[in-house]
Amino acid sequence: MAVFLELLVNGISVGAVYALIALGFVVIFKATEVVNFTHASLLLAGGYVIARLHPLVGFWAALAAGIAAAALVGALVEFLILRRAHVGSRGVLAIVTIGVDILLTTELTRRIGTEVLALGDPWGDRVLRLGPITVAETRVVALAVAAALIVAFLLAFKFTGWGVAMRATAEDAETAALMGVRLGRVSLSAWAVAGALAAVAAMFLCVFPTPGLDRGTAAAAMKAFPAAILGGLDSTTGALAGGLIVGVTETLMSGYQSELAFLGRGIGDAAPFLVMIVILLLRPSGLFGTKEPARV
Amino acid sequence: MSGEAGPASGGPGKRGLEVVGLEVRYGPVRALRGVHLAVPRGAVAAVLGANGAGKTTLLRAVSGTLRFHRGAITSGTVSFGGSRLDGAQAAAVVRRGVVQVPEGRRVFGRMTVAENLRAGALGVPGRRAAAARERVLELFPVLAERAHQRAGLLSGGEQQMLAIGRALMAGPSLLLLDEPTLGLAPLMAARIADTVRQINAQGTSVLLVEQNAAMALALAERAYVLEVGEVTLSGPAADLAASDEVRRRYLGVGAPDTDRPVGTDPGAADGHQSHERHERTRLARWTA
Ligand SMILES: Nc1ncnc2c1ncn2[C@@H]1O[C@H](COP(=O)(O)OP(=O)(O)OP(=O)(O)O)[C@@H](O)[C@H]1O
Ligand SMILES: [Mg+2]
Repeated sequence: MAVFLELLVNGISVGAVYALIALGFVVIFKATEVVNFTHASLLLAGGYVIARLHPLVGFWAALAAGIAAAALVGALVEFLILRRAHVGSRGVLAIVTIGVDILLTTELTRRIGTEVLALGDPWGDRVLRLGPITVAETRVVALAVAAALIVAFLLAFKFTGWGVAMRATAEDAETAALMGVRLGRVSLSAWAVAGALAAVAAMFLCVFPTPGLDRGTAAAAMKAFPAAILGGLDSTTGALAGGLIVGVTETLMSGYQSELAFLGRGIGDAAPFLVMIVILLLRPSGLFGTKEPARV
Repeated sequence: MSGEAGPASGGPGKRGLEVVGLEVRYGPVRALRGVHLAVPRGAVAAVLGANGAGKTTLLRAVSGTLRFHRGAITSGTVSFGGSRLDGAQAAAVVRRGVVQVPEGRRVFGRMTVAENLRAGALGVPGRRAAAARERVLELFPVLAERAHQRAGLLSGGEQQMLAIGRALMAGPSLLLLDEPTLGLAPLMAARIADTVRQINAQGTSVLLVEQNAAMALALAERAYVLEVGEVTLSGPAADLAASDEVRRRYLGVGAPDTDRPVGTDPGAADGHQSHERHERTRLARWTA
């Protein structure tokens, strides 16, 4: 039972981090209808900046710089590439983002090389004992920070002018423009916010028990794709649910690896995608994909 | 209904909307050709025309939304208050005080009524929004009652009120209305017409696109008839309402009394008898 609880807490924590990534993904989709495959490299960029800067300026300043850098890279990708790529279809734009992702990831992995870069975080490998279970401090912090960021994000989405502009654009971009919403700004801010969230996620994906940032980190970020998709690409609630489902499934499957040996090794990594496929078969628009309450 | 000067026609030097020699294309399709039109400050102008005549295209050209339909102004100019609007982004047009209520209402169905109104004020400074909100809720009390309901659940008439209220949140000097009474029951259509009159009385000029010619001609001082992308008739609304051409094609042939435009005084057209003859001869020439 203790094992199960430990796995569950870890799963929720990892899931909350995936949710941060998925949230950025969903925000970009809502604002621009583009499926953003650049997300993994934004994350890698944020993590890389933190890893390189922390010996020079300390962890917290490096974290701030990493967040700013990822936001900037996101904004630049939007401003320099997507805004100018006036190809009609969203599908083609998605492929453009794959191209950008490959470029960025190639450059970053070349710089990382075969190293495993530590992020210099203050939590180290300390663990917390909560009754019968033992959890890494990093996991607890990740859960708390991710939850706080998600709440702040959802409040902003619901109550600020930025959030209203975002939702109006998501629903009907032309009409939003008729209200005086500057679509370019909406799209730019979506990419910047997504980049910033990805950098925070990068930090939590690279601290204990993970040894650090390496060329495989981008692959870990890929697990946020099934999270976003199974939740419903245009739903913030879906991103949260999707993140948690993926995190918990993955952690439980890996934790009970030996019991599940008949499914083959590495089932933990494949599980998120299996869950996604099953959910999409049952609900093609994802768990929380939109259904209009419209009456005409 | 008669004079050029509405209750708040702005200063003498302030120019309204001026469309000159406008041509619009959607790729190879030419949707408008050589369109001239003017809406002086404080005035209501109407544009009539059959389906596909180019009415919506004209409004898109003014509001800067042609690009959403892969259309473009290929010649001519659009200006408001003396400064050019053609080439401007939609948001910039809103900041100049020209706001469009789109065809088919297009309320944000997943957002609440209050949020829709808030969205309407996104293009203008925050402090102006509070005052605009009060004015809108006074004009449409039902929107206050439904403030926290999802806009998608409102009736068609309520959605139209919301769409107009939302546009008024930006405090426009010129309101562009695209078929506001389409699909509404006569009573609701008459209410919308009343509202347009009220909005105009408070100093906002209106460019009204309508297939309900009777209503439009009753509201407007000047009217334009678009046919296949060209203005084929234009003149004082009362004259157009009295012309055989318009009566036959847009008001339906019938006894003059039953066809009288909603809200007009039966004697209103009398003062224009002399004009009418003049217009008729022009009409004949234009439609030849
Ligand atoms: N996106 C588009 N691409 C190509 N042609 C278009 C497009 N939108 C409109 N058109 C064409 O332009 C012409 C004018 O259309 P428009 O929508 O302006 O007419 P309308 O007078 O508003 O008609 P309705 O009364 O049906 O609303 C039509 O022939 C239409 O087919
Ligand atoms: Mg139309």
